[in-house]
Amino acid sequence: MSLLEVRTLRAGYGPVEVLRGIDFHVDEGEVVVILGANGSGKTTTLRALSGMVETSGEVEFDGNPIAGARPEHVARAGVAHVPQGRGTVTDLTVEENLRLGAYTRRDKEVGADLERWYAMFPRLAERRQQQAGGMSGGEQQMLAIARAMMARPRLVLLDEPSLGLAPIITQGLFRTLGEMNRDLGTSMLVVEQNATLALAIASRGYVLETGEIVVEGTAADLAGNDDVRKAYLGI
Amino acid sequence: MTVFLSQIMNGIQNGVIYASLGLAIVLIFRTTGILNFAQGEMALFSTYVTWELTRLGLPVWLAIIVSMTLAFIGGALIERIVIRPFEQSSPLVLVIVTIGLFLAFNALAQLFFGVEAKALPRAYPDRNWLLGGVSLRSDTLVLIAVLAVECLLLWALLQRTKVGLALRAVASNADSARLLGVSAATMLMLGWGLAAALGCLAGALVVPTTSGLTAGSMQGILVFAFAGVALGGFDSPIGAVVGGLIIGIADALTRQYVPALAGIEIIVPFGLILVVLLLRPQGLFGHVKVERV
Amino acid sequence: MAERARRQRLIIGTVVGLVVLAYLIWFPQQHAPADVRLWTMAIYFGIAAMGLNLLTGYNGQVSIGHGAFFGIGAYTTAILVSDHGWSLLATLPVAAALAFVVGVAVGIPALRVKGLYLALVTLGLAVVFPDLTKKFVRGVGGTNLVRVPSASLRPPDWMPGGLQPDQWGFYLALVISLGLLFGVWCIVRGRFGRALIAVRDHEAAATTVGVDLARTKVLAFALSALYAGVAGALSVQVTGIANAEKIGTFNLSILFLVAVVIGGTATVFGPLIGGFLVVMIQDRTTQFVADPPFLSGFLSGKEVLSPAIFGIMLIVLMYFLPDGIVGGFRRLLHRIATRRRSTPEPLGASVGS
Repeated sequence: MSLLEVRTLRAGYGPVEVLRGIDFHVDEGEVVVILGANGSGKTTTLRALSGMVETSGEVEFDGNPIAGARPEHVARAGVAHVPQGRGTVTDLTVEENLRLGAYTRRDKEVGADLERWYAMFPRLAERRQQQAGGMSGGEQQMLAIARAMMARPRLVLLDEPSLGLAPIITQGLFRTLGEMNRDLGTSMLVVEQNATLALAIASRGYVLETGEIVVEGTAADLAGNDDVRKAYLGI
Repeated sequence: MTVFLSQIMNGIQNGVIYASLGLAIVLIFRTTGILNFAQGEMALFSTYVTWELTRLGLPVWLAIIVSMTLAFIGGALIERIVIRPFEQSSPLVLVIVTIGLFLAFNALAQLFFGVEAKALPRAYPDRNWLLGGVSLRSDTLVLIAVLAVECLLLWALLQRTKVGLALRAVASNADSARLLGVSAATMLMLGWGLAAALGCLAGALVVPTTSGLTAGSMQGILVFAFAGVALGGFDSPIGAVVGGLIIGIADALTRQYVPALAGIEIIVPFGLILVVLLLRPQGLFGHVKVERV
Repeated sequence: MAERARRQRLIIGTVVGLVVLAYLIWFPQQHAPADVRLWTMAIYFGIAAMGLNLLTGYNGQVSIGHGAFFGIGAYTTAILVSDHGWSLLATLPVAAALAFVVGVAVGIPALRVKGLYLALVTLGLAVVFPDLTKKFVRGVGGTNLVRVPSASLRPPDWMPGGLQPDQWGFYLALVISLGLLFGVWCIVRGRFGRALIAVRDHEAAATTVGVDLARTKVLAFALSALYAGVAGALSVQVTGIANAEKIGTFNLSILFLVAVVIGGTATVFGPLIGGFLVVMIQDRTTQFVADPPFLSGFLSGKEVLSPAIFGIMLIVLMYFLPDGIVGGFRRLLHRIATRRRSTPEPLGASVGS
């Protein structure tokens, strides 16, 4: 049984339907990529999983149906969503953002986790008491990821993590994501336009076009697929 | 010298009154981003409830506790029923909505409780001390003490608890907060409920020191409370207190020492605000929003 | 296609406008002076709202102190007429100019004060104004109430038609409001209007295209003050007095803002409609409560309820028409127009991923 099982997911904004009934799944420990251009429905997919838009269809997380559940409930179930644009809570400090990440936890290891993520992202440690809104895009992205991980989620949804970041930063970012997946076993669903780096750490992927899945396969399959390469790998 | 100190004392007496309502205004602003024009009238309504409870025989302190609880529930309900439908609206629309609430509450208070002035007793003994020629009233001491405790509790709540963190997170970025498991709806209701309870307490402590509880009791205070909050910074509880005190003291000193401004002393507090804001646009204690464009 | 639709709308709009105008011209001939005065009040309220809309709707600076500018206009007119024997008509340009100058004086410090803080500083204006008049104005019996002689309310000799004072006031306000409406229309269509909006939406970007921030913002303040001043001057013709307790206050300034929002911020006609609504609703709810057609056992004599009803109506109105009347009307037109189109819009570019 997959960790995340999605069947005939439809979602939209008012009268406009963006997702036209898609099926996909994420297994425990996997990194799955959804590729797509602007307007394909990538962000809507993640927002649908998190309950931020109207949806219909079946979504099962760890065997429990969560389709249409409120964002708070989805988060409490163990899904962490790093939204497009980072979603930094700008008026709080870096440390407060991180502690907010642990909001759903009741255990006593929050402090230990904080230190661990500071060790992994020293730039965050340097700025722990500074207002989060003043950091650069790359730093905010690190913060968003660390904050999501503070919840000790089973599954992390990442919406275009490379958006607006310099290539060097993006490389480091995906390297970190890969490490987190290997070392902690956290499953990830990454939505991206820029496919190369994402496919490098993924095991499987899907291609989304105007609300429908048009290609699916292993990461190697997709990387080797000529159409995919032309459209998304800039080749 | 004693005259000077007496006037300072007068100013503090009035200032704590402005500060206590200002604190409620800041709390709603901090937690929901709304400037609630109806704050004074909500406090007025709660004060009428307190009065009614004393009339039914409850001792004053108990009446205050009960009516604060009712105010908390009422405030939360108002958020849920009246304000929530407008959560996506522009700030101007929200201003109009709170103005509508202002009018409604004022009228309803008059409707339920009549228009004659009511006498509201104090919850503590009414005493007067003479300290080096300066008169010190128990009213002022109690208000200062209550304010200090409120500020401390508010600070502790907002800065040192998980709930407080959630409240601030929802005010700053509700979507992100929800994605992290915070129930934004609950936080908003909590913010309004707490502010309503604070306003109720302010009314119950302030009104006994005036000539009686009437429908107009809160309006003058509201304007000065807003002024104090603007001076101190909208998002700062300390700002509300310090701002309110400064306004009160500036007003009192002007009345005493600047006879040329007799009748228009009110210019000084507002002029002061203008000067402060010109130099520090976010108020004395307010925080500048740091944003990378 | 779009050109024909635009011309259709223009024709319909002009016809409607002419019909309304004809009705308004006929109105004072057939209605009691009290009613005519009420409608005149609605007109000058609309004038003040038009001015405030320039500042708040188009330029984004929120003011809850325009009662003070209104008061400046009213007192200028009242004092010149009663103490110096001016004709009411002649005082109008002076009232406008004085309000304009004070508007500049207020607009300059306002450059540094933003958002809510500005709103509260302007509140200070509205609160200070009555006290200022009490100190500096010698009115009836030493108070700050200035009464003008009833002779001054009559139309000037060169005006034909044997008009009564209330009718004269109505036509005067109507003509002036049309002129000022045209003024707003020109501003909004022109470069200054675009500058106003650019400054409202993104100051930093506006400066990069050469907009003079200070000049734009101060001028917006000054113009809005001018409109409010003219409205105040006109109010003297209707009420016969200048009374700071009623007009320089917090309450009046708030009502102007309400008029702007319920009419439709940043629309040309919205404020007039909003002003009309505010005055009429207030009047009607007062009458309704005084003499209710139903629930009379519960309602009658409970005058305090009328502000409550007004307040509740405001909230309901904001829920259903957050863009105001004009905004809601536009949305309705748009809905009708898009339903006519049989082919659905293609997905893709307009929808985010």
